[in-house]
Amino acid sequence: MSVATTTDLCYLIAAIGFILALKGLSSPRRARLGNLVGAAGMALAIGVTFFHPGLHHLGLILGAMAIGAVIGVPTARLVKMTAMPQMVAAFNGVGGGAAALVSVVEFLAIDTKLAPTYKIVEIAFGVVVGCVSLSGSAVAFAKLQELMTGRPITYPAQQVVNAVIGVAILGVALALFVSPSSTVLWILLALSLVLGAILVLPIGGADVPVLISLLNSATGLAVAASGFTIGSNLLIVAGTLVGASGILLTRMMSQAMGRSLPNILFSAFGAVITAGTAQGEADRSVRAGTPEDVGVLLAYSRKVVIIPGYGLAVAQAQHTARELADILADRGVEVFYAIHPVAGRMPGHMNVLLAEANVPYEELKEMDEANPEMATADVALVVGANDTVNPAAHTTPGSPIYGMPIINADQAGTVVFLKRSMRPGFAGIDNELLYDPKTVMLFGDAKDTLTKLVAAVSAA
Amino acid sequence: MNSILEYLTIFVLSAFIGIEVISKVPSILHTPLMSGSNAIHGVILVGAMLVLGSATTTTEEVLGFIAVILATLNVVGGFVVTDRMLQMFKGRVDERRPSGPDGSGGPGGSRP
Repeated sequence: MSVATTTDLCYLIAAIGFILALKGLSSPRRARLGNLVGAAGMALAIGVTFFHPGLHHLGLILGAMAIGAVIGVPTARLVKMTAMPQMVAAFNGVGGGAAALVSVVEFLAIDTKLAPTYKIVEIAFGVVVGCVSLSGSAVAFAKLQELMTGRPITYPAQQVVNAVIGVAILGVALALFVSPSSTVLWILLALSLVLGAILVLPIGGADVPVLISLLNSATGLAVAASGFTIGSNLLIVAGTLVGASGILLTRMMSQAMGRSLPNILFSAFGAVITAGTAQGEADRSVRAGTPEDVGVLLAYSRKVVIIPGYGLAVAQAQHTARELADILADRGVEVFYAIHPVAGRMPGHMNVLLAEANVPYEELKEMDEANPEMATADVALVVGANDTVNPAAHTTPGSPIYGMPIINADQAGTVVFLKRSMRPGFAGIDNELLYDPKTVMLFGDAKDTLTKLVAAVSAA
Repeated sequence: MNSILEYLTIFVLSAFIGIEVISKVPSILHTPLMSGSNAIHGVILVGAMLVLGSATTTTEEVLGFIAVILATLNVVGGFVVTDRMLQMFKGRVDERRPSGPDGSGGPGGSRP
């Protein structure tokens, strides 16, 4: 068998590995195995590429890979679990950048005067989509890492600006088909970088995970375009797999939030930002309680629902939360956790944290299962959640989260918020429930407050 | 068959497989799946290696070199992050350590 045939055969095996990986990743039991199968396929594909006939610059390739690995492995290993979504954004962005660069280099290498138009189309597509993914992911990373505000950033005539850039990209791409010069390609690249950034700016922090999924899908398509350009079946298969499944996944994620994708992408445009309805009355009073009072309240309740959010993750309070649930259960109080599908900063975030604290699986109730029980709960203990219990989702049609399913904490007899401050949640909007007469606020770090509550319940 | 048609065929079939293969995903797996497919498009590393390996001018070499670095980051970062996320799921079945009030020092993923 010739080297070329063996190589292609290995690429085929790698492609099958990727398909099985995606399949495995969509079921809880086989997810980890799926990821390993994908990694094995990747290792095979990379390994066999070294034997590609006529591959020069082996030293450069190995050097670049070493640099990438030295930066990538420690970063990925050491980053905190709470920072995972932005890591996905970062690694997605660099993939988009790589895809764009592969298209650029191929453009520089071929005789563009003789190249058929479809080749130029593939290159232009790869560069545009890859760059949009790169700069879009960079802005998404900055939002999640809180390097910039997580609120939607809007400015006058935003849609007009976006449309102008979009039309300019189309125009430059057409110019590239007519006269394929590298100068035109660089202009195209720069415009695409701008487009990616300005598309992401108006998207609110809570929606960013959905956006990352969309950009992930885009990178897949850019990789597929590069595959067309350099004539690699493996890149076409893998890129298209990611592109297609990514679009489906993006839809599922937005459905879990009760939003349509266009709504997430464009809701901040125009005059939708009426979220500040409560801003005129910013100094309304809230009821701040003491852990002792709340401890007694909890100890003599029949049913307590714990609603965890990002604050629980930040404070690493999952063990303390479980401790509180345990001593309440010992006193005969019925306790369960109500998990919003997008609580925290990634779907499944809370399940993962509470599983780590060995919270029994039966005590975790999904939103749909928990909501019918909220009206009979004596206390809703909201630990570091905010947007996912904000009744504005039901009551304020202008709110960015309007229509999102929430956990109906407002139906419980008493609502206790464990919060660091009165700062709004990740979506950047005020929460009426904080000012409700039946709400008690416990300010401070969630873990400290929970520790005090444990002591108060034991003493009660 | 002309090569562009051959590639288009592969593209269309892969698109259908991509949609078919993840028909139903529970919401707790959305993020790991996103991260896992993120790692898979790191296969652009193969493309980056090929263009750097056939680069003839300095510009091509420099751009190809950067492409290989970025693509490697995508591959290793993608798979490691996904594995760390999935590692946390098994905590539900086996008890690995007593859960004390001092659960600090980073979430479970920072364990070796």
